[in-house]
Amino acid sequence: MDCITAKKLSFGEWGLSLILALTAVGAIVVAAKAWTPEFAFHAYLFAAAAIASVFAIGNRYFARPAYTPQEIDGKPNYNFDPVKFATLAALFWGIAGFTVGLYIALELSWPIFNLDLPWTSFGRLRPLHTSAVIFAFGGNVLIATSFYVVQRTCRARLAGDLAPWFVVLGYNFFIVIAGTGYLLGITQGKEYAEPEWYADSWLTIVWVTYLLVFLGTLWKRKEPHIYVANWFYLAFIVTIAVLHLGNNAAIPVSLFSSKSYIVWSGVQDAMIQWWYGHNAVGFFLTAGFLAIVYYFIPKRADRPVYSYRLSIIHFWALIFMYIWAGPHHLHYTALPDWAQTLGMTFSIMLWMPSWGGMINGLMTLSGAWDKLRTDPVLRMLVVSVAFYGMATFEGPMMSIKSVNSLSHYTDWGIGHVHSGALGWVAYVSFGAIYCLVPWLWNKREVYSLKLVNWHFWVSTIGIVFYISAMWVAGIMQGLMWRAYTALGFLEYSFVETSEAMHPMYIIRALGGGMFLIGALIMVYNIYMTIRSPEPVALGSRAAFVPGE
Amino acid sequence: MTHPISHSPSLWQRHQIFEKNSIILVIGILIAISIGGLVEVLPLFYLKSTIEQVDGIRPLTPLELTGRNIYVREGCYNCHSQMIRPLRDEVERYGHYSLAAESMYDHPFQWGSKRTGPDLARVGGKYSDDWHRDHLRNPRSVVPASIMPGYPWLEQNLVDLSHVSDDMAVLAAEGVPYSPEMIKAAISDAKTQGSADDASTATFAKRYPKAISRDLGGNVGRLTEADALIAYLQLLGTQVDFKLYDDKANIR
Repeated sequence: MDCITAKKLSFGEWGLSLILALTAVGAIVVAAKAWTPEFAFHAYLFAAAAIASVFAIGNRYFARPAYTPQEIDGKPNYNFDPVKFATLAALFWGIAGFTVGLYIALELSWPIFNLDLPWTSFGRLRPLHTSAVIFAFGGNVLIATSFYVVQRTCRARLAGDLAPWFVVLGYNFFIVIAGTGYLLGITQGKEYAEPEWYADSWLTIVWVTYLLVFLGTLWKRKEPHIYVANWFYLAFIVTIAVLHLGNNAAIPVSLFSSKSYIVWSGVQDAMIQWWYGHNAVGFFLTAGFLAIVYYFIPKRADRPVYSYRLSIIHFWALIFMYIWAGPHHLHYTALPDWAQTLGMTFSIMLWMPSWGGMINGLMTLSGAWDKLRTDPVLRMLVVSVAFYGMATFEGPMMSIKSVNSLSHYTDWGIGHVHSGALGWVAYVSFGAIYCLVPWLWNKREVYSLKLVNWHFWVSTIGIVFYISAMWVAGIMQGLMWRAYTALGFLEYSFVETSEAMHPMYIIRALGGGMFLIGALIMVYNIYMTIRSPEPVALGSRAAFVPGE
Repeated sequence: MTHPISHSPSLWQRHQIFEKNSIILVIGILIAISIGGLVEVLPLFYLKSTIEQVDGIRPLTPLELTGRNIYVREGCYNCHSQMIRPLRDEVERYGHYSLAAESMYDHPFQWGSKRTGPDLARVGGKYSDDWHRDHLRNPRSVVPASIMPGYPWLEQNLVDLSHVSDDMAVLAAEGVPYSPEMIKAAISDAKTQGSADDASTATFAKRYPKAISRDLGGNVGRLTEADALIAYLQLLGTQVDFKLYDDKANIR
């Protein structure tokens, strides 16, 4: 273990530098021959990022010790720097995504906010909002927590030396390419899968590396069992890879063009899109975040997971059934009825494993319910599970065809998504970040639990405003569309139903604004936590976190 | 997590194989997530009943294709569906419910998921070109209560046709019936469609039956992005003649 070796450039360091240098050259060639200035801009971004990475690898080489031990004094030498980066990136993208969300809510209330400019019009900003919150905020939370949890539960240092950094930085570079692309009008036109072929290809490389780092760490584990949270992380990583490849099968028009055409068309494309789309919900926004539930709630409550057997049933039933649910996005469309019926049936059945998971999360608090009064972080985590339960009841209900005939195409869907996204995904992320930051930066607790309490209440009231406004708007618009006069004519023109939404859209923007304010309170709190001088205890090391 | 020791291992104990071997766990996950997707997706490619037998569906003209790419670029699908459901109010508001055949050449499909604005599956022919041009420039000039963004840049940007034949070649490789002749004539066909009287109108009409061909923008000699988008919008939902279409023949 203590072998003293002279410092050498590792295979990874020179190999990756070489690949990056070649990438930079290739990207510059592409930029020079690009068909559009937008694509040239992206090619230059690739070149700049590749060159910067070569310098970063060089700098790191001079700064690093000759040898990084796997263990120090018999304790794992955890690699938490990439975790720290992803945690802070999640905060940054969270604020960015919520802000864009608020802005497009204002656009829907007052169209003048579109500014008559391409880069700020709703059609380009809406994908920016959805990708920023789902993939940038949510994705960084998942990468940060998965890299933390897999190390702690395996009692092993993260596999790879540069690889974890490649995953974290490469993923965030993908976000930059995707987001700037939307603003410039580069899109595949598939919801939640808007990035074009080159961004998708890049993400594939990053994602495979992510899987290998995760698996590699599992292989190094000192525990005989793989902890349940890691099953969920693994299902999330593997399934997202499958979905990403299936839904983005596209042929680029040229190496020098950002444009590609998806190989699927029409009804098959619709089915594959919502197979992808609903399972981006099922595996990105559910399985990954359930892993957070299975690690952070037991840790914070200081109680074991309620039921080991329930977690086994929960896991297999959830991943098996979720994949079938996609067609409920296509009820009464030109998708054949048999597929719609299958999708509806499995969506309703999915209620059971979802609530099994909810029960497992909530009941983990048995014997510790009193902590909800004193610990706002735990309260946030538990309320997130409650919102999960609510959203996973509402979802199966909306997947029933007769309900869906009213709710589909309306703001009810937007409300449903946000009760899941704000109440469940964001809250469980906030809770995890409040736990994680003191652990990573060696502090006893966050700077102010009082501010956590403020964050909780301001954003909870914001969520209530948001989702109730969208329930009213959605059900009202759905009913107005199908309203008939006594003479048997349609009662309302489309634009009349659109006008009727106006007050609800303003209330929604208000709710979103409160949610953003809550998140800003969190950022201040996290900033103060990190810069506070108080260490966790004398003599403890950065790599050692109490309470495992 | 301790388990009672028994002679024949229980199901819970057998589950340990997944908990102790990451590769077996990955294989288990792959099997669990594959079944639903395969059952729902694969039959759509070979069941003949998936796409109705209909007359009149032709691939988009080069100008309409360019317009469709602008539709995708601006994210119109975020607020407009192109999928009329067979519900009484929708059929009365928008027209005959959408057929799978009507989007069979759409790469990607644009059925949408939200109607912040109305469905566009049959918007073709409902409004004049002038109305569309005013509406795209400033929606509130023709629909005062509209919350749609304005798209004034579309009529300022000249349409870029330099690579439309490359687009068509890729689509042909993906199964859209573009002939080599259509791909070769792409640029001239686009110009023909956007002008009132062009010598090649007849050959264009032969390649793309029933396609409109007129001065879309009121700006002779300048073909703008707005013209291309209008050509696409005016096509939407007009290809199948529902006076002749037999609903009963295609009950699925």
